[in-house]
Amino acid sequence: MAQANTRVLPGYRLSISFTLVYLSVLVIIPLGACVITAAQLSWDQFRAAVWTERARAAYALTFGAALLAAAISAVVGLLVAWVLVRYEFPGKRVFDALVDLPFALPTAVAGLVFSNLYVANGWLGQFLVPLGIEGSYSRLAIVLVLVFIGFPFVVRTLQPVLEALDAEAEEAAALLGASRWQTFRRVILPALMPGLLTGFALAFARGLGEYGSVVFVSGNMPLKTEIAAFLIVSRLEEGRPNSYREATAIATVLLVASFLMLIVINRLEARSRRG
Amino acid sequence: MSITAQNVTKRFGDFVALDDVTVECPAGELVALLGPSGGGKTTLLRVIAGLEVPDSGTVLFKDDDITKHSARDRNVGFVFQHYALFRHMTVFENVAFGLRVRKWAEPRVRDRVLELLRLVRLEEKAGLYPANLSGGQKQRIALVRALAPEPKVMLLDEPFGALDAKVRSELRDWLRRLHNELHVTSIFVTHDQEEAFEVADRVVVLNKGRVEQTGAPVEVFERPANGFVMDFLGNVNKLPVRVEGGRALLGETGTVELPGRVFGASENGRTDAYVRPHELDLARTADGGNCLLARVLHVNPAGSVVKVRLWAEDFGLMINVDITPERYRALALKPTEPVYITPKAEAVSDTDYAI
Repeated sequence: MAQANTRVLPGYRLSISFTLVYLSVLVIIPLGACVITAAQLSWDQFRAAVWTERARAAYALTFGAALLAAAISAVVGLLVAWVLVRYEFPGKRVFDALVDLPFALPTAVAGLVFSNLYVANGWLGQFLVPLGIEGSYSRLAIVLVLVFIGFPFVVRTLQPVLEALDAEAEEAAALLGASRWQTFRRVILPALMPGLLTGFALAFARGLGEYGSVVFVSGNMPLKTEIAAFLIVSRLEEGRPNSYREATAIATVLLVASFLMLIVINRLEARSRRG
Repeated sequence: MSITAQNVTKRFGDFVALDDVTVECPAGELVALLGPSGGGKTTLLRVIAGLEVPDSGTVLFKDDDITKHSARDRNVGFVFQHYALFRHMTVFENVAFGLRVRKWAEPRVRDRVLELLRLVRLEEKAGLYPANLSGGQKQRIALVRALAPEPKVMLLDEPFGALDAKVRSELRDWLRRLHNELHVTSIFVTHDQEEAFEVADRVVVLNKGRVEQTGAPVEVFERPANGFVMDFLGNVNKLPVRVEGGRALLGETGTVELPGRVFGASENGRTDAYVRPHELDLARTADGGNCLLARVLHVNPAGSVVKVRLWAEDFGLMINVDITPERYRALALKPTEPVYITPKAEAVSDTDYAI
């Protein structure tokens, strides 16, 4: 191929083949199997499985909590990344390392710790529960734990962007008469936007798929605090002839919806990157 | 509006960037801060702009002490070496930025931006992003962006430093013409002495955080205050001499009397003389007596003078001599040929030994 010869690095065919095989074995085939299993249901059976009141409540909670948590993660993560990049303070390196901890911690551990902290007799719960803030076995609990798990994604995607930010552009803005807020809003934030959206997408995707911690903190009450992943597991455990297929049907809905939302976020990100 | 920096000192840790510097820029003039990198010129510009806070000293705009004012309140136009354009904004929005933050009405913003884009002949680029412009176009946009809010003074930090030679000289001419039209008091930083001399009304030579000399280009060129300035202006032969009875004689024992300038001398009279290449001449024979033997190394005939580089074996010196093309043809010089370097008679009599 004449075009391939002009590339600096060799191995176009090898690497593209490897990528396709990898994607197939690890992503497309398992997900395809899920869809195919679900497709063994008739349309009416499928509809009945995925569109019950309980299922709809679970979707709403899953997407709502993941979106809200990702939005909070974006704000918190931006703040943390800003402080870690812009300021020098004692213990900075320790704080920086701490950000990665939620990545490494088994999420079940996070779930256990959170639920114990916020229950009525927990360290924080003893102050918060009397105020009406239920940080455990509630929807709030789900959002809290998803922020814990999601914000490191935002911090880690924004840090390199913040470090590479053109300091002179900020000075230019100030010299042109912009206030600090105007400089942040009109010069810094647009430059951070692609990174912020990437971090948001990662935190959101992670929140959609999170199971281990949510199971411990939410209480898993149908219609109230039950997430879609938990619904899938409970369907599986029912042991009826069609349970497995119904579970994959719900999973398929989750899959398609997630995919569509991630495409939208990617579009937004590409748009904010122009220029 | 005139700009004055009075007794400004600025340290970064142990490094003294500015050491009691006083610089005045009269209203409407274009002043060049000239010097080697690390000399403090950019720091001085940033202090005037309000981007650095001086450790001591004051900055005055006209008679107002603005040392404590923030960069935002100084109403200066600033141009960075690397443009510092807002990458996510179109050319139009870049130029409009200073007007929008001042809450100008939309039609007025439009008129002003389009007027400025016409001024730099880039109206058709209004909708593009900076990434799609060439370096020279970016810098023109940066210039009009700075001009848009009608600043009282313009500060330019090596504005043409990142551009190639041809674009640089075009923009240089353009800047001079623009200044002649607008008469905004301007200071620009450069390490290129040619650029400073070509564009500026006044030149301030800065080195190691101190002012070496201030003056009109012709003054600085014809009467350099000291060896540093002479050396920095370049295109000069720095030759070791000893001073005896008011005459500068080449080397330890040589008897060739040199024209040019001598700045100070140690006790035994040893120092350096600065001789410009055009103050020397070449001859085939040693009939004048006051000459030294050298070998032709290289001839550069491209230009209004022919630049000849020679090697004086006896003294271990590299010497540059400029001669007219006519003289070059008459001598018919070839590389490695021996030839005599002689001081021009009128140059010797002009010599001012500032000892």
